[in-house]
Amino acid sequence: MKIGVVVNEGPYTHQASDSAYQFTKAALAKGHEITRVFFYHDGVNNGTRLTVPPQDDRNIQQRWTELQKEHELDLVLCIAAAQRRGILDENEAKRQGKDADNVAEGFRISGLGQLIEAGIQSDRLVTFGD
Amino acid sequence: MSDESIKKFMYMNRKAPYGTIYALEALEVVLIGAAFDQDVSLAFLDDGVFQLTEGQNTDGIGVKNFSPAFRALGDYDVNKLYVEKESLEARGLAESDLMELVWEDEDDDWAEKPSIKVVSRDELKAIMGDQDVIMSF
Repeated sequence: MKIGVVVNEGPYTHQASDSAYQFTKAALAKGHEITRVFFYHDGVNNGTRLTVPPQDDRNIQQRWTELQKEHELDLVLCIAAAQRRGILDENEAKRQGKDADNVAEGFRISGLGQLIEAGIQSDRLVTFGD
Repeated sequence: MSDESIKKFMYMNRKAPYGTIYALEALEVVLIGAAFDQDVSLAFLDDGVFQLTEGQNTDGIGVKNFSPAFRALGDYDVNKLYVEKESLEARGLAESDLMELVWEDEDDDWAEKPSIKVVSRDELKAIMGDQDVIMSF
């Protein structure tokens, strides 16, 4: 089955991102195709490479990056939501005249159209949020 | 049978318009999604019914009042806005407290028709069951 995943909450404060990760991993293990993981609202905070969780805790961003590498996942951060929250890739940082960028490896920034497209192209769109 | 390339998208709005950003960012998805020529509807329930109330004024909280954007939805062929009756009643609201949102029906000499339809919880359940994609905010 083709499954699209939507993550609407940031890491650590909410369970949503953890659940989305566990779901994605389990779906892949069962042989399903993950068409895209779309991060919206505070979910875009999952894609900053500057988080430094305690060593005895899970590294949520790192986990997504590793899963992306292993399965060539399409991890998309919504550009409008990301800009509001200070999540910028190199191009955006340059365009907005900012002195740093922070999008983690394996994530890309794109528009809301990618969320709609995931809904059209997937058999199921599964939302994780509050 | 309907065209398989067109899916039924429903955007569920369950949160108050202000206090969190969910309502505003949900509307942004609806406006972008309108360009994709899908069969779109919106549902308003729980505190989400406050999003459609007439006379919103955000001066006191320093946040943009985005409710006028709902009036543009008709121009994007987004004209099925279902409001759950039980949610309205639980909050002491009636249909007359909501904005008058209309769309122009080109198949009926561009007659203005209401976009908002108040439905019961059971009716909404049936409408939800008929959808291909539901996005909940």
